Amino acid sequence: MLNRTGGIVFTTLAIIACCVMSDFVYADNSAVPEDPSFGVPAPPSNVRVEDVPGDAGGAVRVRWNLSPDDVDRNTKFEGYQILRSTQIDNNFEIIGTSPPGQDLFTDNSTTDGVEYYYIVRADAGSMISESPPRGPVKSSQQWFNIGRLNSFIALLILSTAIILYINQAKRGKELYVRKIAGLDAVDEAVGRATEMGRKIFFIPGTQDMNNVQTIAGVTILGRVARLTAQYETPLDVPVSRSMVMVTAREVVKEAYLNIGRPDAYNDDMVHYLTDDQFGYAAGVDGLVVREEPATIFYMGAFYAESLILAETGNSVGAIQIAGTAMPAQLPFFVAACDYTLIGEELFAASAYLSKEPKLLGSLKGQDLGKLIILVAIAIGVILETAGWFDFSRLFTVQ
Amino acid sequence: MRREIPMILTGFVGFVYIIQFFVPHAPFDIMEGLLTDWMLIIFAFAIWLGALNLLKVSLDKIYRKGKDWQYSIVTVFGFLLIAIPGFFFSGGRRFQDPGTAFDYIYQNVYTPLSATMFAMLAFFVASASYRAFRARTKEATMLLLAAFVVMLGRVPVGDMITQWLPEGYRLSQVADWIMNYPNMAGQRAIMIGIGLGIVSTSLRLILGIERSHLGGEE
Amino acid sequence: MFEKLLSIDRRIIFIFVAVALILPLFLNISQYIAISPEVSKIYDGLEELKPGSKVLFAFDYDPPSAPELQPMAEAVLKYCFKNKLKVYIIGLWPQGPMQANLAIEVIRDDPQFADTPPVYDQNYVNLGFMSGNELVIQGMGSSFQSTFPRDYQGTPTADLEMMNGVNNFSNIDYIFNLSAGYPGTVEWVLFAVDRFHATLGAGNTAVQAPQIYPYFHAGQLQGLAGGLKGAAELEKLVGFYGKGTKFMLSQSFAHLTVIFFIIIGNIAYFATRGKKKQ
Repeated sequence: MLNRTGGIVFTTLAIIACCVMSDFVYADNSAVPEDPSFGVPAPPSNVRVEDVPGDAGGAVRVRWNLSPDDVDRNTKFEGYQILRSTQIDNNFEIIGTSPPGQDLFTDNSTTDGVEYYYIVRADAGSMISESPPRGPVKSSQQWFNIGRLNSFIALLILSTAIILYINQAKRGKELYVRKIAGLDAVDEAVGRATEMGRKIFFIPGTQDMNNVQTIAGVTILGRVARLTAQYETPLDVPVSRSMVMVTAREVVKEAYLNIGRPDAYNDDMVHYLTDDQFGYAAGVDGLVVREEPATIFYMGAFYAESLILAETGNSVGAIQIAGTAMPAQLPFFVAACDYTLIGEELFAASAYLSKEPKLLGSLKGQDLGKLIILVAIAIGVILETAGWFDFSRLFTVQ
Repeated sequence: MRREIPMILTGFVGFVYIIQFFVPHAPFDIMEGLLTDWMLIIFAFAIWLGALNLLKVSLDKIYRKGKDWQYSIVTVFGFLLIAIPGFFFSGGRRFQDPGTAFDYIYQNVYTPLSATMFAMLAFFVASASYRAFRARTKEATMLLLAAFVVMLGRVPVGDMITQWLPEGYRLSQVADWIMNYPNMAGQRAIMIGIGLGIVSTSLRLILGIERSHLGGEE
Repeated sequence: MFEKLLSIDRRIIFIFVAVALILPLFLNISQYIAISPEVSKIYDGLEELKPGSKVLFAFDYDPPSAPELQPMAEAVLKYCFKNKLKVYIIGLWPQGPMQANLAIEVIRDDPQFADTPPVYDQNYVNLGFMSGNELVIQGMGSSFQSTFPRDYQGTPTADLEMMNGVNNFSNIDYIFNLSAGYPGTVEWVLFAVDRFHATLGAGNTAVQAPQIYPYFHAGQLQGLAGGLKGAAELEKLVGFYGKGTKFMLSQSFAHLTVIFFIIIGNIAYFATRGKKKQ
């Protein structure tokens, strides 16, 4: 205990000491008068060149120690010029510049396998000075991006956990999933529309098929379409992306086929309005006000149109179930809808609704991932607060 | 087969993208570039599918005199109003250059209409918060108070009425604190859950376990 | 009466909000605008730039978000032209570069800029819109010219004077992104900052800003201005007052109206709850 207190006191003192010192250094800098007779700036020293590690080639990194004339208050010092050549003694050309205070430049225009030499030039307007040429250095493609090793390990752990649990589930192990009120309400919401003889609207977000949230939304659409096919409830799916239209049609058609009601399906149930964000919001609002649907689902990625849609739905008295993983839109849906699936619940919906063991297994694996993150956060908070180890550094991805 | 081919394609493309993230070496970097180009081309052509569907559904409705068919006339008119000047009346210039007919419609029709839709948010926020912010429970009361502080703190009037308070306790500063700490903690927790959800969903898609988006299969 | 208040017609609330928004446009009341640390950071970042430094503007929004973002764009552009910085404009949203042109027009007509007017290819270029979302940023990481072969007017980028020596993000001193959604600030952080180590400041719509705060606190974003308040703060910092400051009064009144209705709603709620208990 004493040790820890001692550690904290020491760290605090060290931080204070650093602050005080940096004040001195700053004071020292500010004391440098602007020299009217400022001549040739001192060149940058210790220039290092290296192939950028773990990249796809085509890049060389140049580092240097700042010129002693690169001082805060010295307005004459304009920065650094980086020159490159394939010969050590001539043909150097400026390939880029760096502002004062910066000691790094990445040359992203190299050809792999060619030898290059670099010069870093201190630039003070009409006055310049150069470092000696450095090199040769060749850029090349690497087989592994070492800066992403942490991501790789995380991916391995998470994938293994998910696959293990999927296998367990396949072998028939009972898996518990907590209740998600929004999903339990799907049946009731469809039933209500059936009783009232009104339409059900399904909005699969406003983003394209390359967004995972849209895929999750379309998956839920499949489940809803099975219910509407069963109960013969009219379904309307206005979409804002052509690719989503094609996919959603396929999903709805299949659902109607599976239930044995292909006759009740027609292509126009899923129709395109516009890619334009607010044009789409206007279009859907118009449909909602005119058709007065009994139930509206919002499942997918939404931006500022979320509340415009949900408030209009609320004004016609529709029962509304929303689900999105856009954190900024969640409060709006919570305020205007009856049920809201928050973030990960949207992704869990497919597993929850189908109760398919393989899908449920993946949820369990996801939970293990969450546990690992929780433990890492706890360890990180302790280590960083006490100042023992820069734990967050382990999580930097290049 | 109809379902297997898309599944194999999904798995293949998914693996290429994952491997490319860790292995920058050929052939994966080239494959990633190629796949990305294909994706862009497919997206670009897909816009026609949507546009033609919009016209088909609207014209069909007008022809059949379906329910609310008059609105479809507005849709078709709007479509042609912006498409025709864009294609045919640019006077040799690029269609979006200043002074073209398209630019005129953009500035004077599209811009105010879009801005109007977005501006409706202000009204809807008012009516939604009127309904939602009720001190029904202890938690709801806390939410209500936080909303008060942030709403007042985000406009100058908040600071005007709390100028007498010591530095650090004025409304704008308390609002900043709420946004930066309690709000961010919640946001981050949700984002971590979302991140894991995305990984898990992607894995299900790549491994072919999730297939309901391909037309469902129980 | 309280029951009636509880189920008040939303159109009555709308009328109040409309009056609260419109009336202040005709009033002339000066307001004190407090500067938040995240906005002052943007200004600090710009202050560090020396004349001739290169600033990349990414206009990733369309007209609906212009009331919030256009004042930010104008404020920062004004700062750049006044301080002789070089401005490079691109857009990941098709309407973005058109919004940029509108801002430039405003500055060109401003008598305060008679001595440093925006002149094409002298202190600004507009490379236009390129489709491909975050892939465009990735492409710019290796080469601006191959990602944007022609500028907004169709001139080959290679022929532009200002593009001399500008190959990729290492030649850009500061990026200012104006974002209303996807693609936007998140993508610039993930690609330009994390991959290519660029310095990025951003202006966001108020709806989106809370989602962006974590990136600012993690240090990936140099500064962040959110919504109209952010615009007003930027205007105060750069010393060119515009619509951000002007509309702040409307926003103040609107917030007060919303708060007023929330209080009324709660009074009605407690009054009727008491009755039910009886």
